Amino acid sequence: MTEMPPLLNVSDISLSFGGVHALTDVSFDVRPGEIFSIIGPNGAGKTSMLNCISGRYQPNKGSITFKQKEMIGLRPNDRCNLGIGRTFQNLALFSHMTVLDNIMVGRHHLLKNNFLSGSLYWLGGARKEELTHRAEVEDIIDFLEIAHIRKSIAGTLSYGLRKRVELARAVALRPDLILLDEPMAGMNLEEKEDMARYIIDLNEEWGMTVVMIEHDMGVVMDISHRVMVLDFGRKIAGGLPDEVMANPQVRKAYLGEDDEPAPEPQPEGEVA
Amino acid sequence: MASAHSRMKCGEFRTNYQQDTTIFPTPLARRVAVLSVIFLLVAPSFLNPYFLNLGIQIGYYGIAALGLNIVVGFTGQISLGHAAFFGFGAFASAWLNNTTGIPVFFCIPLAGTMTMALGLIVGIPAGRIKGLYLAIATLASQYILEDFFSRADWFTGGAYGAMANPFSIFGFEFNNDQRYFYVVLFYVVIMFLFGTNLLRSRDGRAFVAVRDHYLSAEIMGINLTKYRILSFGISSFYAGIGGALFGHYLGFVSAEGFTIMLSIQFLGMVIIGGLGSVMGSLMGTAFMVLLPELMEAGVGLVGHNAPGLTHALAYIKEMSIGLAIILFLIFEPDGLAHRWKMIKAYWKLYPFSY
Ligand SMILES: Nc1ncnc2c1ncn2[C@@H]1O[C@H](COP(=O)(O)OP(=O)(O)OP(=O)(O)O)[C@@H](O)[C@H]1O
Ligand SMILES: [Mg+2]
Repeated sequence: MTEMPPLLNVSDISLSFGGVHALTDVSFDVRPGEIFSIIGPNGAGKTSMLNCISGRYQPNKGSITFKQKEMIGLRPNDRCNLGIGRTFQNLALFSHMTVLDNIMVGRHHLLKNNFLSGSLYWLGGARKEELTHRAEVEDIIDFLEIAHIRKSIAGTLSYGLRKRVELARAVALRPDLILLDEPMAGMNLEEKEDMARYIIDLNEEWGMTVVMIEHDMGVVMDISHRVMVLDFGRKIAGGLPDEVMANPQVRKAYLGEDDEPAPEPQPEGEVA
Repeated sequence: MASAHSRMKCGEFRTNYQQDTTIFPTPLARRVAVLSVIFLLVAPSFLNPYFLNLGIQIGYYGIAALGLNIVVGFTGQISLGHAAFFGFGAFASAWLNNTTGIPVFFCIPLAGTMTMALGLIVGIPAGRIKGLYLAIATLASQYILEDFFSRADWFTGGAYGAMANPFSIFGFEFNNDQRYFYVVLFYVVIMFLFGTNLLRSRDGRAFVAVRDHYLSAEIMGINLTKYRILSFGISSFYAGIGGALFGHYLGFVSAEGFTIMLSIQFLGMVIIGGLGSVMGSLMGTAFMVLLPELMEAGVGLVGHNAPGLTHALAYIKEMSIGLAIILFLIFEPDGLAHRWKMIKAYWKLYPFSY
């Protein structure tokens, strides 16, 4: 594995909003097949980093390559074709659609039917294609154990379930790299354990490389292969979970007075 | 896969995905739809011309309203220029038929396609602007097209208007209400099937995704600009078909009929029927077409005692439409389609309403 080129290479990324330096010269690699976690205090720039990778933000400087291909300048909607999927920190489901339809939207870039063949449905092969993809979506639904709510309207679900549906939708993209922004925020212990298990399965059985932002240090230590720490938009540490935890700078910046629990994220208005 | 569909009856199970993706949520709904179509097929033989005329109006306006619902209800944009597309379809079909001699039968879908092309061009701003700005841009297109209608003599006959030949197949003319009813019914069934299919396949879902959360729609590979514009194009196609049916029904098309007032009435239809509901578009249209008639009948009943009312009839009709829109926005913002669902759900569970 060490000889393989990185799946994702981020080098010298800087991003600022007016006077706010959200990211300053951040560089890291994500290797194929790993679970890579980004941690750091609130406002450290973690979500901004994901937004640069998924194309929501254009960094002011630096380069991001995915599968040796430059990502800067590529539109967000072109990135799922290359194999990048993501979930959002603040729920970003299509809240008036059913769970099933939400996940089917994840198949958008894989489906070929269009407004013409879709309108003709039975005649142009759209029906057959939809049903084929429906079957694959059902596999994802089974895997994430949301079969009982597949016909529910997404906006009516509990927070934990919505997070799971969002994961299902991202998985439906069939990405090689999946970016998860605080997948366990606001969940109870049991829900967190489930989510951790799904992430491990996605990584080990579905072969997805995972980049995850998470505040729960227990989970991060347990399931990550490598960890990067951001603080005030700068990378202050990176490496194996244990190494990172042992780093005094990290303890100071992130954990403050050692045993204090990690701060819970505050939901923000607009989805980043 | 014995899924518990929220709207399914107890005891109704589905055993494959095909059964689970049928157009009608339940076998009952299917039977009701088929029976309604059968009823409408025999209706012309016993309905009097007054009701046939109303049915025809509901048909062609309903098709156009479905188009508007695609852009407003499903894609979450705004259009104040729908009447202009409706008018363009009416002129285009008459013009094609008059100048090229292509039979009306083919001119109607061709006019729809021409209107779609126009909608794609006029919809370009929708790729960039939203909300109030888009409202103003579509308002501008409404006025520009109105102006075009009154000036483009070659296309619309200018101030005189254009003649539109009756619909005919192999020399058989659908030149009275009884016959034309079938033409409109055919188009209503086709267009509503298309609409329903569209919204359960890839591009229809993309519209709703753009409406509900455009940022994550983009991450799902949906090109926002493309779909915002496409939505206008498709909506214009429906408007064009509706307009063409309108033109060949009246036999005469003139620019005065396609003002901002009609655009607002179209909006009223989709709001009253239910934004984001295919069948709601038809319900809302029926409501908007029948309401003024009811007002007229009501005024007729009490007219002897209150002659003032009879004089004010025109105002009463218009005001009742405005009032209905406002009342729906306040009390039933999800529209008739939603109310209908609630009523069905109530009866399904009756007497266990809770
Ligand atoms: N769109 C934006 N406009 C202006 N400032 C922004 C924007 N997005 C992020 N920022 C700023 O950039 C900094 C980093 O924000 P970011 O959301 O990346 O932090 P985070 O590490 O994800 O924090 P949290 O743990 O709270 O989610 C913050 O100061 C934030 O206010
Ligand atoms: Mg964040």
